[in-house]
Amino acid sequence: MTDAHQTIDNAVKSNDVMLFMKGTKQFPQCGFSGQVVQILDYLGVDYTTMNVLEDDGIRNGIKAYSNWPTIPQLYVKGEFIGGCDIIREMFQAGELQSHMTANGISMRDTAA
Amino acid sequence: MAMDAHQIERLIREALPDATVEIRDLAGDGDHYAAVVVSESFRGKTRVAQHKLVYDALKGRMGGELHALALQTSAPQ
Repeated sequence: MTDAHQTIDNAVKSNDVMLFMKGTKQFPQCGFSGQVVQILDYLGVDYTTMNVLEDDGIRNGIKAYSNWPTIPQLYVKGEFIGGCDIIREMFQAGELQSHMTANGISMRDTAA
Repeated sequence: MAMDAHQIERLIREALPDATVEIRDLAGDGDHYAAVVVSESFRGKTRVAQHKLVYDALKGRMGGELHALALQTSAPQ
């Protein structure tokens, strides 16, 4: 197991909502990453991010970890949920909200 | 390296012959596309699995040669 794999695995397993992205919450450096941040902030979910641009090992390692070719990648309770398009579709359909609730993730009370 | 829309469509059709594929060049730069793919093979699969089928069809180009493909998948109504 490589260091990058270990780091990713730890992050995924020790954070209920874990987002691998380009840039940071405060300063996303890619529009797709930025969209996922906006959705999570809108829902008022507590989440942790890791900036893949700071480490090529993580940037490539995360693609191998999930067998998924693109970033951002969102994990909830250790499970890979999807990238930007999937998160947006799920959010618009209300599925992301119910997925969070089903996994015991609290959200700030947003207008129903 | 950019890919043209026809090449993307051809690769998807090769892997999913029944698919309806609609591709738009979002920025006119041959690098940012949106694709709507409708195929019977998506039925009953999770969104992750559906998108994975399309990424597999693109044979490793996604995330590399092809930087941005906004993807929407569904089974026929």
